[in-house]
Amino acid sequence: MLDRAGLPAKDETTRRVRFRGAGFVPASSRFGGWIALALVIAIWQAAGSAGLVNPLFLPAPSAIVRAIYELALSGALWQHLSASLLRIGVGWMLGTAAGVAVGFAIGLSRLARSVGITFISALFPIPKIALLPLLILWLGIGEEPKIATIALGVFFSTAISVYSGVDAVPRNLIRMAQSFNVPFATIVRKVIWPGALPAILAGFRITASVALLLVVSAEMIGAQYGIGAFVLQAGNLMQTDQLLAGVVILSVFGLAVGKVIGWLEIKLLHWR
Amino acid sequence: MDLIANHISHRFGDLAVLDDVSFTVGAGEVVAIVGPSGCGKSTLLSILGGLLQPTSGTPELRGAPPADSLNPLTFVFQDFALLPWATVEENVEFPLLHTQLSATQRRGLVDDALRRTGLTDFRATYPKQLSGGMRQRVGISRALAVRPAILLMDEPLSALDSQTRELLMEDFVRLLADGCMGAVYVTHNLEEAARLADRIVVLSRRPGRIREVVAVPMTRTERGEAAAREKLLALQNQIWSLIRNEAIDAEREVQHA
Repeated sequence: MLDRAGLPAKDETTRRVRFRGAGFVPASSRFGGWIALALVIAIWQAAGSAGLVNPLFLPAPSAIVRAIYELALSGALWQHLSASLLRIGVGWMLGTAAGVAVGFAIGLSRLARSVGITFISALFPIPKIALLPLLILWLGIGEEPKIATIALGVFFSTAISVYSGVDAVPRNLIRMAQSFNVPFATIVRKVIWPGALPAILAGFRITASVALLLVVSAEMIGAQYGIGAFVLQAGNLMQTDQLLAGVVILSVFGLAVGKVIGWLEIKLLHWR
Repeated sequence: MDLIANHISHRFGDLAVLDDVSFTVGAGEVVAIVGPSGCGKSTLLSILGGLLQPTSGTPELRGAPPADSLNPLTFVFQDFALLPWATVEENVEFPLLHTQLSATQRRGLVDDALRRTGLTDFRATYPKQLSGGMRQRVGISRALAVRPAILLMDEPLSALDSQTRELLMEDFVRLLADGCMGAVYVTHNLEEAARLADRIVVLSRRPGRIREVVAVPMTRTERGEAAAREKLLALQNQIWSLIRNEAIDAEREVQHA
């Protein structure tokens, strides 16, 4: 017999309700990714050491590490890396500054929006690397056309993410500020800027990879130094360990930039 | 200072939302606006507070606002409208930042507003760390900080659970007790209207017109007493009978939309 307020009598059989709520949770284990990466590298190394893979086509991880070490010792690594970093740094900053300014103008002004979005829609789909020959014609064969290519690529993505971020600021917060007679400049500084910041930082992640892509492409087309030039040169000479050393350096650089942006997000968006 | 709705009408494109609405909110008076869904209650409040241009008619002020008022017409929003990146204290200080007040004066106003809403111990917390009721208290605290003459409250309790609503209603009764502050209180909850308002403006279905203005013949303190319960229920029933049929029509219209 079942006592309504308590447990069933001892002689009654009961069945446990089956748990049906497992799975579909977007969580990852903390070390899973690293373990998988280590496993892939270990298999790759074992295949290389056992002579199962031709080192000319796919050198073993140890050979790549050795190539990086030798590059670092000879000073060539720094020479190539510094050339690329300078181009990325200057190009990214110019593109970002212009993109943020134009993105805010589009987000805040009806006139700028109608003009700006038309131009951005027309120019954004152009692969910016296709403009490099034209930029060389305009700016000469020095660093300027490469930096300009990166700046152009970064500019469009930044402008789009900034005005999308401004558009996404909850209108009720702006109305609230207006209801307290808060001046336009203060609304921009205290409401729109922090409200758009998540989208702006997300845009930085995209533009960092755009800048990396463009610097390598531009250096492959016309540069003596730079990671892109180095990778192309190594490929031409069939030095695949050197080639992959360059690729690994690019990957590490991309990861490092991602970490810096992640750190910025934690610092600036702690309120989320 | 009186707030006057002077023949206000409004249309959104082809849709007439308000039709020739006129009434006055006297100094220190609390006027509730009730009506079926979609009758333009919130639109009317936005127009009265200068956040929306009416198609015709004007919101007007008569008389000088209190000397210490920094923002005579101050909104309390249904969704609280708190800056998520700012602490409770920063949210309350936000409407004071652009004023001529010194940092010490601002601090004094913020401290006072936080104390009146029981938020002093929560000044360093962020909105996401607070319950809905506490978030609305921050919204009320921010409104109090600017010393309003008239609070414009847009369904301030509708996003909250019934227990929190009850507690905040008691807060409102307390804050409005001294008669220094008036309020326009938009709500679909007739109990809130009967508990808080001196007069209840009943709007018709869209386009909202004034159907009736019902006076509540009791002080707010009296309404909290058990003896007043029956009278308040009778009042609520009276208003409900005015809007019931239109509320049914309005609900069907929304479902077919």
